[in-house]
Amino acid sequence: MADEANRQFAGLSDVSISEDIPVEGDISVPMGSSSSNRQRGEEDEFSTLDEPVKETILRDLRAVGSKFIHVLYPKRSSVLLRDWDLWGPLLLCVTLALLLQGGAADSEDQGGPQFAEVFVIVWFGAIIITLNSKLLGGTISFFQSLCVLGYCIMPLTAAMAVCRIVLVGGSGTVSFIVRLVVVTASFGWSTFASTAFLADNQPAGRKSLVVYPVFLFYFVIGWMVLTFSPSQ
Amino acid sequence: MASTNDPFQFQEFEEAGNLLEANRDATTISIEDDDMPERQRKAASFTPDVDDEDPHASDDKTELLSGQKTSAPFWTFEYYQRFFDIETHHVKERIIGSMLPWPGKNFIHVHLRRSPDLYGPFWICTTLVFALAISGNFSNFLLNLGKPDHKYSPQFGKVTIAATAIFSYAWFVPLALWGCLLWRNNKIMNSLSYSFMEIVCVYGYSLAIYIPAVVLWILPFEWLRWCSIVVALCLSGSVLVMTFWPAVREDHPKVIAAIMSAIVLLNVLLAVGCKAYFFSKPEAALSPAPSAALELTKAPSAT
Repeated sequence: MADEANRQFAGLSDVSISEDIPVEGDISVPMGSSSSNRQRGEEDEFSTLDEPVKETILRDLRAVGSKFIHVLYPKRSSVLLRDWDLWGPLLLCVTLALLLQGGAADSEDQGGPQFAEVFVIVWFGAIIITLNSKLLGGTISFFQSLCVLGYCIMPLTAAMAVCRIVLVGGSGTVSFIVRLVVVTASFGWSTFASTAFLADNQPAGRKSLVVYPVFLFYFVIGWMVLTFSPSQ
Repeated sequence: MASTNDPFQFQEFEEAGNLLEANRDATTISIEDDDMPERQRKAASFTPDVDDEDPHASDDKTELLSGQKTSAPFWTFEYYQRFFDIETHHVKERIIGSMLPWPGKNFIHVHLRRSPDLYGPFWICTTLVFALAISGNFSNFLLNLGKPDHKYSPQFGKVTIAATAIFSYAWFVPLALWGCLLWRNNKIMNSLSYSFMEIVCVYGYSLAIYIPAVVLWILPFEWLRWCSIVVALCLSGSVLVMTFWPAVREDHPKVIAAIMSAIVLLNVLLAVGCKAYFFSKPEAALSPAPSAALELTKAPSAT
C-alpha cells in the first residue's frame, strides 16, 4: 500500500522547474514599437531631455500663468487642484516679502516684518490650515491645498504693489482710505477664491469650520499689507 | 480493505462506497438522507455562529459609536482626528455656553458630553493672539495719531510674545490642574474625574469671551477697558469655577479654597498682564510697558 502510494505520487517529483522550459519573457510595455501606426515623434514626448531649455521653462511658466488666470476668475474648475505646483506660491511669497521690505523697520528692530517672518507666516499658516481641513475630514490632498492657498495670495500681492505706488504719492488720510479700500477688496477676493476651491471637498456641516481659518489667514496678511509704512 | 485497521478514518466513506457498489438508486437516497441531516445540522450550527458573531459585531458598533475606546496610538493622524469630529453648531453651542455661566450647569457635562474637541481651543487661542496683537497696534496708532513726531511702526514682535503667553496659559495650566486633581483623587477617592483633553477644552473655550473684550480695548478710555476686563473675568472665571466645583467639593476645605483661588488668580493675571503689556494708557504716550508687567505676563507661563 505504501509502495503503491509512492508510485502514485512518483510523477510529482518531476513537476519542478526543469531546464528545458525557458523562463524568460518581455515585460516592457508595448507602446510604440509594435504598432505600425505610431510614429517616432510619440516616443519623444516621454523624454524631454532633448528639447531646448526655453521650451522647458516656458512650459512651467505657462502652467503657472494659467493658474493665475484661474485665481482671477474663480470658477469651479479643477485645474488648480489636478495639476498642482508650488512654483506660483513661492513666486508670490517672495514678491510679497520683498515688497514688505524697505519700510520704517530698517533702523529699528521692532518694525515691519522681516523677510523670514513673512515666509514663516505664509507657509506655516498654509500648512496649519491644510492640517485643519484634513483633520476635519476633507478629501483634498496636502499639496493641493497648499497650492490653492498659495495661489490665492495673488490678489493681496497685487494690493501690496498698488499700496506702494499709492504711498509714493503721500501717506495722508486720503491714501490711507484708498489703501484700506484696495486691501479690503483684495482680502475678500482671496477668501472667496480659495473657498471656491476648498469648501467643496468638505462634508456638509463643517464648511464654516474650514472657511474661518482661511479668513483669519488672509486677514492677517491683509493687516500686514495695510500697516506697511514706508521710511521717509 | 486495510482501512478497517483505522476505526476513526474513512468509515463513512467506506459505508458510502459499499452502498454505491450495492445499489445506485438506493445509495443516492441514502446519501442524500445522510447528507441532508448533516446539512441541516450544519445550517443549524451556522445560525448559532451568526448569533455569536452578531453580539461581537454589535460590540464593535457600540465601541465605534461611543468613540472613546479607539486604540490608535498618539503619534498617528487618526488619534487626533478623533478630536476634530465636530460640527459647526456644536462649536457655536460650546462658545455660547462658555460665555453664559448658569448655576448648576457644568460646562463639561452639558456641552462636552464626553467628546472634547481640539478645534475650538486651538482656533480660539490663535484668534485671541492675533486680536491682541492687532488691537494693541491699532490702539497705539490711534493714540499717536495727532502727533507728527511719532513714526508709526507695526510691532510684529508682539505677536510672538502674545502667542507664547496665551498658548502656555491654555496648555500648562490645564496640565497642572489635571495633575493636581489626579493627586487629590488618589487621596479622597472622588467619583468624578476629568480627562486632560476635557480640561484643555474648557480652558480653551473660556478664553472666547476675551476676544470681544480685546477688540473693545482699542478705544482709548480707561474706564471702558477696566469695565470690560471685569465683566470678562467674572464670566469666564465663573464658568471655570462651576466646572471644577463638582470635582473638588468633597475635598478638604483648604484644598478647595487653594485650587479655586489659583484658577481665578491665573485668569486675572493673564487678563491684566495682557492689557498692561499690549495697551498703553492714554496718558503715557510712547512707553510700551513697565518691566513689572512683563514679569507678570511671564509668571503664568512659567507655572
